[in-house]
Amino acid sequence: MAAEEVTLSSHIQHHLTNAKMCSTDAGLAFNKACADSGFWTWHVDTLAWSIGLGLIFLWIFRSAAKKSTIGVPGKFQCFIEMVVEFVGANVRDTYHGNSKLVAPLALTIFVWVFLMNLMDLVPVDFLPAFAGFVGEQAFGMDSHDVYMKIVPTTDLNMTAALALGVFILMIGYSIKIKGIGGFIAELTLHPFSSKNKLMMAILIPFNLLLETIALVAKPFSLALRLFGNLYAGEMIFILIGAIGLMQLPLHFVWAVFHIMVIVLQAFVFMMLTIVYLSMASTESH
Amino acid sequence: MNLNATLIGELIAFVVFVWFCMKFVWPPLNGAIEARQKKIEDGLAASDEAEKELERVRAQGAEQLKEAKAQAAEIIEQAKKRAALIVDEETTRGQQEREKIIAQGHSEIESERNRVKEELRSQVAALSIAGAEKILEREINQATHSDIVEKLVAEL
Repeated sequence: MAAEEVTLSSHIQHHLTNAKMCSTDAGLAFNKACADSGFWTWHVDTLAWSIGLGLIFLWIFRSAAKKSTIGVPGKFQCFIEMVVEFVGANVRDTYHGNSKLVAPLALTIFVWVFLMNLMDLVPVDFLPAFAGFVGEQAFGMDSHDVYMKIVPTTDLNMTAALALGVFILMIGYSIKIKGIGGFIAELTLHPFSSKNKLMMAILIPFNLLLETIALVAKPFSLALRLFGNLYAGEMIFILIGAIGLMQLPLHFVWAVFHIMVIVLQAFVFMMLTIVYLSMASTESH
Repeated sequence: MNLNATLIGELIAFVVFVWFCMKFVWPPLNGAIEARQKKIEDGLAASDEAEKELERVRAQGAEQLKEAKAQAAEIIEQAKKRAALIVDEETTRGQQEREKIIAQGHSEIESERNRVKEELRSQVAALSIAGAEKILEREINQATHSDIVEKLVAEL
Protein backbone atom coordinates (compact mmCIF):
# COMPACT_ATOMS: atom_id res chain seq x y z
CA MET A 1 0.00 0.00 0.00
CA ALA A 2 1.21 3.43 0.90
CA ALA A 3 4.94 3.69 0.62
CA GLU A 4 5.16 6.87 2.65
CA GLU A 5 3.29 7.54 5.82
CA VAL A 6 0.22 9.77 5.54
CA THR A 7 0.87 12.96 7.42
CA LEU A 8 -1.38 15.97 7.76
CA SER A 9 0.61 17.94 5.24
CA SER A 10 0.69 15.09 2.74
CA HIS A 11 -3.06 14.64 3.22
CA ILE A 12 -3.62 18.31 2.45
CA GLN A 13 -1.17 18.18 -0.40
CA HIS A 14 -3.02 15.20 -1.82
CA HIS A 15 -6.30 17.08 -1.66
CA LEU A 16 -4.84 20.10 -3.39
CA THR A 17 -3.32 18.24 -6.30
CA ASN A 18 -5.14 17.90 -9.57
CA ALA A 19 -5.37 14.73 -11.57
CA LYS A 20 -2.97 15.37 -14.41
CA MET A 21 -2.71 13.97 -17.87
CA CYS A 22 0.03 14.52 -20.41
CA SER A 23 1.41 12.83 -23.43
CA THR A 24 4.95 11.49 -23.23
CA ASP A 25 7.07 9.51 -25.62
CA ALA A 26 5.49 6.38 -24.20
CA GLY A 27 1.96 7.62 -24.85
CA LEU A 28 -0.49 9.14 -22.38
CA ALA A 29 0.83 9.50 -18.88
CA PHE A 30 -0.88 10.48 -15.66
CA ASN A 31 -0.23 12.30 -12.41
CA LYS A 32 3.29 11.91 -11.05
CA ALA A 33 4.61 10.91 -14.44
CA CYS A 34 3.61 14.39 -15.61
CA ALA A 35 5.59 16.23 -12.96
CA ASP A 36 7.85 17.84 -15.52
CA SER A 37 5.71 17.93 -18.61
CA GLY A 38 5.51 21.72 -18.52
CA PHE A 39 2.67 23.62 -20.14
CA TRP A 40 1.09 20.73 -22.00
CA THR A 41 -0.41 19.15 -18.95
CA TRP A 42 -4.14 18.69 -18.65
CA HIS A 43 -5.98 18.77 -15.35
CA VAL A 44 -8.49 16.10 -16.22
CA ASP A 45 -10.48 16.47 -13.00
CA THR A 46 -10.92 20.21 -13.50
CA LEU A 47 -11.85 19.70 -17.13
CA ALA A 48 -14.26 16.86 -16.46
CA TRP A 49 -16.06 18.49 -13.54
CA SER A 50 -16.28 21.92 -15.09
CA ILE A 51 -17.46 20.71 -18.49
CA GLY A 52 -19.84 18.28 -16.83
CA LEU A 53 -21.31 21.05 -14.70
CA GLY A 54 -21.46 23.36 -17.70
CA LEU A 55 -23.39 20.71 -19.61
CA ILE A 56 -25.76 20.28 -16.66
CA PHE A 57 -26.33 24.04 -16.69
CA LEU A 58 -27.04 24.09 -20.40
CA TRP A 59 -29.21 20.99 -20.22
CA ILE A 60 -31.36 22.40 -17.40
CA PHE A 61 -31.77 25.80 -19.01
CA ARG A 62 -32.25 24.39 -22.49
CA SER A 63 -35.02 22.08 -21.30
CA ALA A 64 -36.72 25.07 -19.64
CA ALA A 65 -36.24 27.11 -22.82
CA LYS A 66 -37.84 24.38 -24.93
CA LYS A 67 -40.86 24.23 -22.64
CA SER A 68 -41.19 27.98 -22.25
CA THR A 69 -44.66 29.28 -23.01
CA ILE A 70 -46.38 32.62 -22.68
CA GLY A 71 -49.05 31.00 -20.56
CA VAL A 72 -48.89 30.16 -16.88
CA PRO A 73 -45.42 28.77 -16.16
CA GLY A 74 -44.75 25.72 -13.99
CA LYS A 75 -42.62 25.88 -10.88
CA PHE A 76 -39.46 24.71 -12.61
CA GLN A 77 -40.11 27.17 -15.39
CA CYS A 78 -40.63 29.93 -12.82
CA PHE A 79 -37.39 29.14 -11.08
CA ILE A 80 -35.37 29.19 -14.29
CA GLU A 81 -37.09 32.38 -15.39
CA MET A 82 -36.34 33.96 -12.03
CA VAL A 83 -32.64 33.29 -12.56
CA VAL A 84 -32.83 34.61 -16.13
CA GLU A 85 -34.77 37.67 -15.03
CA PHE A 86 -32.33 38.33 -12.16
CA VAL A 87 -29.36 38.23 -14.53
CA GLY A 88 -31.28 40.19 -17.17
CA ALA A 89 -32.19 42.93 -14.68
CA ASN A 90 -28.55 43.29 -13.62
CA VAL A 91 -27.42 43.47 -17.23
CA ARG A 92 -30.07 46.06 -18.09
CA ASP A 93 -29.14 48.19 -15.09
CA THR A 94 -25.42 48.08 -15.70
CA TYR A 95 -24.76 47.52 -19.37
CA HIS A 96 -25.98 50.41 -21.48
CA GLY A 97 -24.67 49.30 -24.84
CA ASN A 98 -26.61 47.25 -27.30
CA SER A 99 -25.38 43.69 -27.38
CA LYS A 100 -26.97 40.30 -27.72
CA LEU A 101 -23.96 38.65 -26.13
CA VAL A 102 -23.64 40.23 -22.71
CA ALA A 103 -26.79 38.84 -21.10
CA PRO A 104 -26.23 35.20 -22.09
CA LEU A 105 -22.58 35.61 -21.18
CA ALA A 106 -23.53 36.87 -17.74
CA LEU A 107 -26.03 34.04 -17.31
CA THR A 108 -23.46 31.44 -18.30
CA ILE A 109 -20.87 32.87 -15.94
CA PHE A 110 -23.27 33.19 -13.03
CA VAL A 111 -24.79 29.74 -13.19
CA TRP A 112 -21.66 27.91 -14.28
CA VAL A 113 -19.46 29.50 -11.62
CA PHE A 114 -22.18 28.93 -9.04
CA LEU A 115 -22.42 25.23 -9.91
CA MET A 116 -18.64 24.84 -9.81
CA ASN A 117 -18.49 26.64 -6.48
CA LEU A 118 -21.32 24.48 -5.23
CA MET A 119 -19.04 21.44 -5.46
CA ASP A 120 -17.23 22.97 -2.50
CA LEU A 121 -20.16 21.96 -0.29
CA VAL A 122 -19.70 18.28 -1.08
CA PRO A 123 -17.76 16.98 1.94
CA VAL A 124 -14.11 17.12 0.95
CA ASP A 125 -13.26 13.44 1.32
CA PHE A 126 -16.30 11.85 -0.30
CA LEU A 127 -15.50 12.00 -3.97
CA PRO A 128 -11.67 11.82 -3.73
CA ALA A 129 -11.97 8.76 -1.46
CA PHE A 130 -14.48 7.20 -3.83
CA ALA A 131 -12.19 7.90 -6.75
CA GLY A 132 -9.29 6.39 -4.80
CA PHE A 133 -11.38 3.30 -4.07
CA VAL A 134 -12.35 2.89 -7.70
CA GLY A 135 -8.75 3.44 -8.81
CA GLU A 136 -7.52 0.84 -6.37
CA GLN A 137 -10.16 -1.78 -7.10
CA ALA A 138 -10.62 -1.31 -10.82
CA PHE A 139 -7.21 -0.22 -12.01
CA GLY A 140 -4.95 -1.60 -9.31
CA MET A 141 -3.52 1.81 -8.52
CA ASP A 142 -2.23 3.00 -5.19
CA SER A 143 -5.15 5.03 -3.81
CA HIS A 144 -2.65 7.74 -2.86
CA ASP A 145 -1.80 8.12 -6.50
CA VAL A 146 -5.41 8.84 -7.41
CA TYR A 147 -6.04 12.54 -7.37
CA MET A 148 -9.42 14.15 -7.56
CA LYS A 149 -10.11 17.83 -7.07
CA ILE A 150 -13.79 18.33 -7.51
CA VAL A 151 -14.07 22.12 -7.28
CA PRO A 152 -12.93 23.45 -10.66
CA THR A 153 -12.84 27.05 -9.43
CA THR A 154 -10.06 26.15 -7.00
CA ASP A 155 -7.91 25.57 -10.06
CA LEU A 156 -6.30 28.76 -11.28
CA ASN A 157 -6.55 27.46 -14.86
CA MET A 158 -10.31 27.51 -14.62
CA THR A 159 -10.68 31.02 -13.25
CA ALA A 160 -7.95 32.33 -15.53
CA ALA A 161 -9.71 30.84 -18.54
CA LEU A 162 -12.92 32.64 -17.60
CA ALA A 163 -11.07 35.90 -16.98
CA LEU A 164 -9.14 35.54 -20.22
CA GLY A 165 -12.38 35.03 -22.13
CA VAL A 166 -13.82 38.17 -20.55
CA PHE A 167 -10.57 40.06 -21.25
CA ILE A 168 -10.67 39.15 -24.94
CA LEU A 169 -14.27 40.32 -25.10
CA MET A 170 -13.35 43.59 -23.36
CA ILE A 171 -10.69 44.36 -25.96
CA GLY A 172 -12.98 43.21 -28.73
CA TYR A 173 -15.80 45.45 -27.59
CA SER A 174 -13.45 48.41 -27.11
CA ILE A 175 -12.18 48.11 -30.66
CA LYS A 176 -15.59 47.38 -32.12
CA ILE A 177 -17.30 50.34 -30.48
CA LYS A 178 -14.53 52.94 -30.39
CA GLY A 179 -12.39 51.77 -33.27
CA ILE A 180 -8.69 50.99 -33.12
CA GLY A 181 -7.85 54.69 -32.87
CA GLY A 182 -10.34 55.26 -30.08
CA PHE A 183 -9.00 52.29 -28.15
CA ILE A 184 -5.41 53.49 -28.49
CA ALA A 185 -6.44 57.03 -27.61
CA GLU A 186 -8.12 55.73 -24.51
CA LEU A 187 -4.92 53.96 -23.53
CA THR A 188 -2.64 56.92 -24.23
CA LEU A 189 -4.48 60.22 -23.72
CA HIS A 190 -5.90 59.59 -20.25
CA PRO A 191 -5.88 60.16 -17.34
CA PHE A 192 -3.37 63.01 -17.88
CA SER A 193 -4.28 65.26 -20.74
CA SER A 194 -3.19 68.67 -21.90
CA LYS A 195 -4.28 71.19 -24.46
CA ASN A 196 -0.66 71.64 -25.47
CA LYS A 197 0.35 69.16 -28.21
CA LEU A 198 3.89 68.80 -26.92
CA MET A 199 2.76 68.18 -23.35
CA MET A 200 0.32 65.64 -24.68
CA ALA A 201 3.12 63.76 -26.44
CA ILE A 202 5.24 63.81 -23.28
CA LEU A 203 2.37 62.45 -21.21
CA ILE A 204 1.68 59.52 -23.54
CA PRO A 205 4.13 57.05 -21.92
CA PHE A 206 2.79 57.72 -18.43
CA ASN A 207 -0.77 57.37 -19.60
CA LEU A 208 0.04 54.20 -21.49
CA LEU A 209 1.68 52.69 -18.43
CA LEU A 210 -1.19 53.58 -16.10
CA GLU A 211 -3.98 52.59 -18.47
CA THR A 212 -2.30 49.31 -19.43
CA ILE A 213 -1.93 48.39 -15.78
CA ALA A 214 -5.55 49.35 -15.16
CA LEU A 215 -6.66 47.26 -18.15
CA VAL A 216 -4.62 44.19 -17.29
CA ALA A 217 -5.55 44.41 -13.63
CA LYS A 218 -9.15 43.67 -14.52
CA PRO A 219 -8.77 40.06 -15.70
CA PHE A 220 -6.18 39.43 -12.98
CA SER A 221 -8.55 40.63 -10.29
CA LEU A 222 -11.36 38.54 -11.78
CA ALA A 223 -9.31 35.35 -11.90
CA LEU A 224 -7.51 35.75 -8.60
CA ARG A 225 -10.56 36.85 -6.59
CA LEU A 226 -12.58 33.80 -7.51
CA PHE A 227 -9.63 31.45 -7.25
CA GLY A 228 -8.46 32.91 -3.93
CA ASN A 229 -11.85 32.78 -2.26
CA LEU A 230 -12.63 29.26 -3.32
CA TYR A 231 -9.11 27.95 -2.73
CA ALA A 232 -9.10 29.37 0.78
CA GLY A 233 -12.57 27.99 1.47
CA GLU A 234 -11.55 24.57 0.19
CA MET A 235 -8.40 24.70 2.28
CA ILE A 236 -10.41 25.33 5.43
CA PHE A 237 -12.76 22.48 4.56
CA ILE A 238 -9.73 20.21 4.19
CA LEU A 239 -8.28 21.35 7.50
CA ILE A 240 -11.62 20.86 9.25
CA GLY A 241 -11.91 17.45 7.61
CA ALA A 242 -8.57 16.45 9.10
CA ILE A 243 -9.38 17.02 12.78
CA GLY A 244 -11.53 13.99 13.51
CA LEU A 245 -14.96 13.92 15.08
CA MET A 246 -14.88 17.57 16.11
CA GLN A 247 -15.17 18.44 12.44
CA LEU A 248 -18.94 17.91 12.39
CA PRO A 249 -20.12 21.16 14.04
CA LEU A 250 -17.24 23.10 12.55
CA HIS A 251 -17.90 21.75 9.10
CA PHE A 252 -21.56 22.65 9.41
CA VAL A 253 -20.81 26.22 10.44
CA TRP A 254 -18.25 26.73 7.71
CA ALA A 255 -20.52 25.16 5.08
CA VAL A 256 -23.39 27.46 6.03
CA PHE A 257 -21.09 30.44 5.81
CA HIS A 258 -19.75 29.12 2.55
CA ILE A 259 -23.21 29.04 0.99
CA MET A 260 -23.00 32.80 1.04
CA VAL A 261 -19.48 32.82 -0.33
CA ILE A 262 -20.21 30.63 -3.33
CA VAL A 263 -23.26 32.61 -4.41
CA LEU A 264 -21.54 35.91 -3.74
CA GLN A 265 -18.44 34.99 -5.72
CA ALA A 266 -20.51 33.82 -8.68
CA PHE A 267 -22.49 37.05 -8.51
CA VAL A 268 -19.38 39.22 -8.19
CA PHE A 269 -17.73 37.55 -11.15
CA MET A 270 -20.86 38.11 -13.23
CA MET A 271 -21.32 41.72 -12.11
CA LEU A 272 -17.71 42.66 -12.75
CA THR A 273 -17.88 41.06 -16.18
CA ILE A 274 -20.89 43.20 -17.01
CA VAL A 275 -19.25 46.32 -15.59
CA TYR A 276 -16.00 45.75 -17.49
CA LEU A 277 -17.84 45.14 -20.75
CA SER A 278 -19.99 48.17 -20.12
CA MET A 279 -16.87 50.28 -19.58
CA ALA A 280 -15.35 48.80 -22.72
CA SER A 281 -18.35 49.62 -24.86
CA THR A 282 -19.03 53.18 -23.75
CA GLU A 283 -16.92 56.27 -24.35
CA SER A 284 -15.17 56.90 -21.07
CA HIS A 285 -13.96 60.30 -19.84
CA MET B 1 -1.06 24.98 -9.57
CA ASN B 2 0.84 26.38 -12.51
CA LEU B 3 -1.02 27.50 -15.55
CA ASN B 4 -1.06 24.81 -18.17
CA ALA B 5 -3.02 23.49 -21.13
CA THR B 6 -6.11 23.17 -18.93
CA LEU B 7 -6.48 26.92 -19.44
CA ILE B 8 -6.94 26.40 -23.18
CA GLY B 9 -9.40 23.59 -22.68
CA GLU B 10 -11.46 25.64 -20.27
CA LEU B 11 -11.36 28.65 -22.54
CA ILE B 12 -12.73 26.60 -25.42
CA ALA B 13 -15.40 25.14 -23.15
CA PHE B 14 -16.31 28.64 -21.97
CA VAL B 15 -16.66 29.93 -25.52
CA VAL B 16 -18.79 26.96 -26.54
CA PHE B 17 -21.03 27.27 -23.50
CA VAL B 18 -21.55 30.99 -23.99
CA TRP B 19 -22.26 30.45 -27.68
CA PHE B 20 -24.80 27.74 -26.92
CA CYS B 21 -26.41 29.87 -24.24
CA MET B 22 -26.62 32.82 -26.61
CA LYS B 23 -28.14 30.76 -29.41
CA PHE B 24 -30.44 28.29 -27.71
CA VAL B 25 -31.03 29.26 -24.10
CA TRP B 26 -31.29 32.99 -23.63
CA PRO B 27 -33.51 34.03 -26.57
CA PRO B 28 -36.41 31.62 -25.95
CA LEU B 29 -36.42 32.16 -22.18
CA ASN B 30 -36.11 35.91 -22.38
CA GLY B 31 -38.61 36.01 -25.23
CA ALA B 32 -41.13 34.03 -23.22
CA ILE B 33 -40.63 36.28 -20.20
CA GLU B 34 -41.03 39.44 -22.22
CA ALA B 35 -44.03 38.12 -24.13
CA ARG B 36 -45.68 37.13 -20.85
CA GLN B 37 -44.92 40.53 -19.35
CA LYS B 38 -46.53 42.13 -22.38
CA LYS B 39 -49.54 39.88 -22.07
CA ILE B 40 -49.97 40.64 -18.37
CA GLU B 41 -49.58 44.35 -19.03
CA ASP B 42 -52.22 44.21 -21.77
CA GLY B 43 -54.50 42.17 -19.54
CA LEU B 44 -54.20 44.67 -16.72
CA ALA B 45 -54.87 47.56 -19.08
CA ALA B 46 -57.91 45.77 -20.49
CA SER B 47 -59.23 45.06 -17.03
CA ASP B 48 -58.82 48.72 -16.07
CA GLU B 49 -60.65 49.69 -19.25
CA ALA B 50 -63.44 47.23 -18.54
CA GLU B 51 -63.79 48.52 -15.01
CA LYS B 52 -64.15 52.07 -16.27
CA GLU B 53 -66.66 50.93 -18.88
CA LEU B 54 -68.63 49.09 -16.22
CA GLU B 55 -68.67 52.20 -14.04
CA ARG B 56 -69.87 54.26 -16.98
CA VAL B 57 -72.61 51.80 -17.92
CA ARG B 58 -73.71 51.56 -14.31
CA ALA B 59 -74.00 55.33 -14.07
CA GLN B 60 -75.90 55.36 -17.34
CA GLY B 61 -78.28 52.69 -16.07
CA ALA B 62 -78.94 54.64 -12.87
CA GLU B 63 -79.59 57.75 -14.92
CA GLN B 64 -82.03 55.93 -17.16
CA LEU B 65 -83.80 54.39 -14.20
CA LYS B 66 -84.23 57.81 -12.63
CA GLU B 67 -85.60 59.18 -15.88
CA ALA B 68 -88.02 56.31 -16.24
CA LYS B 69 -89.25 56.78 -12.70
CA ALA B 70 -89.84 60.48 -13.32
CA GLN B 71 -91.69 59.68 -16.51
CA ALA B 72 -93.86 57.13 -14.80
CA ALA B 73 -94.71 59.59 -12.03
CA GLU B 74 -95.60 62.17 -14.64
CA ILE B 75 -97.83 59.75 -16.52
CA ILE B 76 -99.64 58.76 -13.34
CA GLU B 77 -100.13 62.41 -12.46
CA GLN B 78 -101.53 63.11 -15.89
CA ALA B 79 -103.85 60.14 -15.72
CA LYS B 80 -105.15 61.27 -12.34
CA LYS B 81 -105.79 64.77 -13.69
CA ARG B 82 -107.52 63.35 -16.68
CA ALA B 83 -109.71 61.11 -14.56
CA ALA B 84 -110.71 64.04 -12.37
CA LEU B 85 -111.48 66.06 -15.47
CA ILE B 86 -113.65 63.32 -16.95
CA VAL B 87 -115.56 62.91 -13.68
CA ASP B 88 -116.15 66.67 -13.54
CA GLU B 89 -117.31 66.80 -17.13
CA GLU B 90 -119.65 63.89 -16.73
CA THR B 91 -121.10 65.36 -13.59
CA THR B 92 -121.76 68.66 -15.33
CA ARG B 93 -123.25 66.93 -18.30
CA GLY B 94 -125.56 64.83 -16.11
CA GLN B 95 -126.66 67.91 -14.26
CA GLN B 96 -127.48 69.64 -17.51
CA GLU B 97 -129.34 66.62 -18.79
CA ARG B 98 -131.36 66.50 -15.64
CA GLU B 99 -132.22 70.17 -15.82
CA LYS B 100 -133.15 69.79 -19.44
CA ILE B 101 -135.43 66.86 -18.72
CA ILE B 102 -137.02 68.69 -15.82
CA ALA B 103 -137.53 71.82 -17.92
CA GLN B 104 -139.08 69.73 -20.65
CA GLY B 105 -141.43 68.15 -18.16
CA HIS B 106 -142.38 71.54 -16.82
CA SER B 107 -143.15 72.92 -20.26
CA GLU B 108 -145.14 69.83 -21.17
CA ILE B 109 -147.18 70.16 -18.01
CA GLU B 110 -147.63 73.89 -18.73
CA SER B 111 -148.89 73.33 -22.24
CA GLU B 112 -151.23 70.54 -21.09
CA ARG B 113 -152.62 72.81 -18.45
CA ASN B 114 -153.13 75.60 -20.96
CA ARG B 115 -154.89 73.26 -23.30
CA VAL B 116 -157.14 71.98 -20.53
CA LYS B 117 -157.76 75.55 -19.39
CA GLU B 118 -158.69 76.56 -22.91
CA GLU B 119 -160.97 73.58 -23.22
CA LEU B 120 -162.57 74.28 -19.88
CA ARG B 121 -162.98 77.91 -20.78
CA SER B 122 -164.71 77.14 -24.00
CA GLN B 123 -166.91 74.59 -22.31
CA VAL B 124 -167.69 77.02 -19.48
CA ALA B 125 -168.48 79.66 -22.11
CA ALA B 126 -170.70 77.28 -23.93
CA LEU B 127 -172.30 76.25 -20.63
CA SER B 128 -172.74 79.89 -19.54
CA ILE B 129 -174.25 80.76 -22.83
CA ALA B 130 -176.43 77.76 -22.70
CA GLY B 131 -177.44 78.69 -19.12
CA ALA B 132 -178.00 82.31 -20.04
CA GLU B 133 -179.94 81.21 -23.08
CA LYS B 134 -182.16 79.14 -20.93
CA ILE B 135 -182.67 82.01 -18.50
CA LEU B 136 -183.05 84.73 -21.05
CA GLU B 137 -184.49 82.68 -23.85
CA ARG B 138 -187.19 85.02 -24.75
CA GLU B 139 -185.87 88.41 -24.34
CA ILE B 140 -182.34 88.16 -25.45
CA ASN B 141 -181.27 87.95 -29.00
CA GLN B 142 -178.38 85.61 -29.21
CA ALA B 143 -176.88 87.60 -31.98
CA THR B 144 -177.10 91.00 -30.40
CA HIS B 145 -175.85 89.92 -26.97
CA SER B 146 -173.07 87.57 -27.92
CA ASP B 147 -170.47 90.28 -27.38
CA ILE B 148 -171.52 90.55 -23.74
CA VAL B 149 -171.19 86.80 -23.44
CA GLU B 150 -167.79 86.88 -25.11
CA LYS B 151 -166.66 89.52 -22.61
CA LEU B 152 -167.88 87.34 -19.83
CA VAL B 153 -166.08 84.29 -21.14
CA ALA B 154 -162.87 86.27 -21.47
CA GLU B 155 -163.15 87.21 -17.80
CA LEU B 156 -163.14 83.53 -16.76
